[in-house]
Amino acid sequence: MRNMDYIRNFSIIAHIDHGKSTLADRLIQHTGGCDARNFQDQILDNMDIERERGITIKSQAISLPYTARDGKTYNLNLIDTPGHVDFSYEVSRSLASCEGVLLLIDAAQGVQAQTLANLYLAMEHDLEIIPVINKIDLPSADVERVIEQIDSELGLDTDTHLKCSAKEGTGIEDILEAIVQRIPPPSGTPEAPLSALIFDAQYDPFRGTVIHCRIMDGVVQSGDIIRFMYGGATYKVEEVGHFLLSRRKRDRLAAGEVGYIIAGVKTISDVRTGDTITLENRPCNKPLPGFKEVKPVVFASIYPIASDDYEDLAVALEKYKLNDASFVYEKDASVALGQGFRCGFLGLLHLDIVQERLEREYDQSLILSVPSVRFRLTLKDDTVLYVDNPSHYPPQMSIAKGEEPYIRASMMMPERYLGAVMKLCQEKRGMNSSLNYPGPGRAELIYEMPLSEVIYDFYDRFKSVSQGYGSFDYELIDFRDSNLVLIDILVNGEKVDALSQIVHRDRARACGLQACERLKEEIPKQMFKIALQAAIGGEIIARTTISAFRKDVTAKCYGGDISRKRKLLEKQKKGKKRMKMIGNVSIPQSAFLAVLKSDTD
Amino acid sequence: MNLPGLYIHIPFCRTKCPYCHFYSTTDLTAVDLIISSIVREMELYTAEFDTFDTVYIGGGTPSLLTIPQLETILSAVRKRFLVPPDGEITIEVNPADGDLAWYRSLKDLGFNRLHLGVQSFSEAALAFLGRRHRASDAFAALDNTVRAGFENFGLDLIYGIPGQDLQSWRKSLTCAVSLAPPHLSAYQLAIEEETPLCHSYRRGSFAIPDEDASLAFFLETSAYLERSGYRHYEVSNYAKSSGSKSRHNQKYWDHTPYLGIGPGAHSFKDGRRWWNHRSIESYVNDLASEKPPVAGDETLTRDDLRLETLFMGLRTARGIDIASFRLQFGDDLPKERSAIIQSLIAGGFIVIGDGRMSPTRRGLAVADQLALTF
Repeated sequence: MRNMDYIRNFSIIAHIDHGKSTLADRLIQHTGGCDARNFQDQILDNMDIERERGITIKSQAISLPYTARDGKTYNLNLIDTPGHVDFSYEVSRSLASCEGVLLLIDAAQGVQAQTLANLYLAMEHDLEIIPVINKIDLPSADVERVIEQIDSELGLDTDTHLKCSAKEGTGIEDILEAIVQRIPPPSGTPEAPLSALIFDAQYDPFRGTVIHCRIMDGVVQSGDIIRFMYGGATYKVEEVGHFLLSRRKRDRLAAGEVGYIIAGVKTISDVRTGDTITLENRPCNKPLPGFKEVKPVVFASIYPIASDDYEDLAVALEKYKLNDASFVYEKDASVALGQGFRCGFLGLLHLDIVQERLEREYDQSLILSVPSVRFRLTLKDDTVLYVDNPSHYPPQMSIAKGEEPYIRASMMMPERYLGAVMKLCQEKRGMNSSLNYPGPGRAELIYEMPLSEVIYDFYDRFKSVSQGYGSFDYELIDFRDSNLVLIDILVNGEKVDALSQIVHRDRARACGLQACERLKEEIPKQMFKIALQAAIGGEIIARTTISAFRKDVTAKCYGGDISRKRKLLEKQKKGKKRMKMIGNVSIPQSAFLAVLKSDTD
Repeated sequence: MNLPGLYIHIPFCRTKCPYCHFYSTTDLTAVDLIISSIVREMELYTAEFDTFDTVYIGGGTPSLLTIPQLETILSAVRKRFLVPPDGEITIEVNPADGDLAWYRSLKDLGFNRLHLGVQSFSEAALAFLGRRHRASDAFAALDNTVRAGFENFGLDLIYGIPGQDLQSWRKSLTCAVSLAPPHLSAYQLAIEEETPLCHSYRRGSFAIPDEDASLAFFLETSAYLERSGYRHYEVSNYAKSSGSKSRHNQKYWDHTPYLGIGPGAHSFKDGRRWWNHRSIESYVNDLASEKPPVAGDETLTRDDLRLETLFMGLRTARGIDIASFRLQFGDDLPKERSAIIQSLIAGGFIVIGDGRMSPTRRGLAVADQLALTF
């Protein structure tokens, strides 16, 4: 039985590119958590897209055995966290599984926006915070200045900071010592009934769903019958263990430990992040706090560019869903674009990532419809409909009442950005605001806003006006009355249903105009002029025209020019193939999503 | 079946014009070496080609060659290949080169067509283009051409030069027309990659006409020249009579075979294109070891040929022979593309008549895009 005193559960939080992944690598290497052969730089970010964008999407964990200077061997559990508001729930469950964090700060760049935003999150979870100044090897490093910032901007005790260069591998041992000395060991009673927090799950094609969890109380071992307290289902445990570089089977997992459980859970959708695992025959009293049913809030339809590829897309979606429990989808069809799927996402970043993964790993070219939230419509005959797909929007005349989902947004930022952020929220039809000051210079702003205003580009603009220092989180509250209308987009008189949007009437003209303008930017000129119109019912509310192509760059065409010209035209021809023909107009894939991007991009 | 054409590239210039991307050097020490190499290269093709009814000497600046040098080249051609008596033998001439005696000797050698690189009659434009000659040289050259007895000759002109508006362009056109050349070429200034002009352009040193202005220049040129008795027979080429069209250039546009001799020259035969090294050194070295100085080649697929037929056919007034197209590519255009054809006719871009699909003046302006619609 492992002694909890020798366990430390922690995470590394930092502003982007401050060296989180490199430090993680060093900690792994230093504790011998791998051998040179197996090591792959930044092993925790093992998805291509994560590496490329420098973001973490899934939570991952690894146990590092460390023999400290006091001669004793400790088990340090490093839990990696995703870092975007779309996944803020996952972040919160990962942090809830830790007792402390390393707050990493780049010595040359100093305290940056995300440093602060992440600090706020860690404070909300009452975690022990160890500031670590990284990249001290850089010629532009200014450690003194960073220490000053830790005091003045972060309000932390400067005596407690550490210095390191993850790249060069210096200061690593001091960090490990600090983790041992300063991050409290977990508390919990092994003799109590089992209570384990699920912070992630992954699908292994050979073993099924692997549940990542932190044991709070009790003990779990192979053979136990476990129950998911929110999910309700029961399973028999096949195996438990720790995460080293790969999974390592153990006899049991006990209170304070981080590890995995394999229990014949067929699909990842059966596991809910934040759920509590307990024993069927000796359950704990109540589930751990903080559980939220994660529901998709943004919906969009996806279609293959070539209708022949529909089957391939279906297979690709099935495979993708194996490792993304929050992604949902069902069949859908469009007059303009053919057979496709209606999908639900946690937010626009999630949508972006899904699209990118599908296109990259499964070699699919995709068209997305304009993303939408789910509205509630009450018809005159008292039927209540939940509609997110514009093609399911009932005739305006039959609608008695339209409602849209509202959120409560809580935003934390340094005081100086309050004005700009409040202006943004008001622009987004925010209401019922409240303000408080959780700490000197720190402001917390609460606003109620329509979700549809938030999903489009609120987060990016929020980050922009707060210069990245703001942190943003939200929860759905209720449906409120809204004067809703359906905007249709017509290209040369033909309705393109994938471009339709359900919007608040006050926004209609602006939305319609923006859609037309964006399309004008994205659709290349063609042999004939193209009329773009936005309409509500039969009424045109906005229009613009793309003029026809009138002059080539028709260079000389003699002996040496022919081959070159042909190749150029071939390339253009290929580009045209990747477009969708609506009537006699070729529309590129990018046009569909571009419709939503606002001017400030 | 048309007879093949022969192109010979002279890769030397006295000065380099900043807009030009043809291969040439200003180091003239290798001129004689290249001439003898050209002669050698011809020998390598006596099996593949025997008759050429057009010979075209281009460059670079062919007119910096002396008469004896040009004689060496032409007699080598006649020795190895057959050129019928009515063959078209063309040479490109820089207006700054040659006196009347030189022009007369050209005629004696057998040249029966000249292309004069006039480009413009405006000193400012000539300066921008980095030309070696002045407007007065152009008049002198024209004079020599006529006096030497050339009946078939053309002037090259460039428009779309920064600072040039429609009015000043009209002046150049009027001037050109007044000299009554049987042939005129009018090119819009093109920014070619890796030329000094391109670098200046990228640095923002000057602006080029936008689409509307380009179109205005193009339409104005076409209308004016046709009013003045010229037939707009290809996007950039105008002829007073069918006899003054460039027979050699037509071969490029209808997939007639042609052989390109000299560094950087291109050839085409039996669905295959090949091209020589754009380097005097590599060119000479290969020939020294009896190797064809070929840098690369490509074999055209049926789709390649089809696309070429479209974009080359639609840039000439004659257009495309619909029946031949169907025979060659299995594509019955009027039947399978009737919708697109109807809208293009309605849009004023093409006409169909006498079994041919031809571009209108507006169609010529968008010839490349037209080709892509099929």
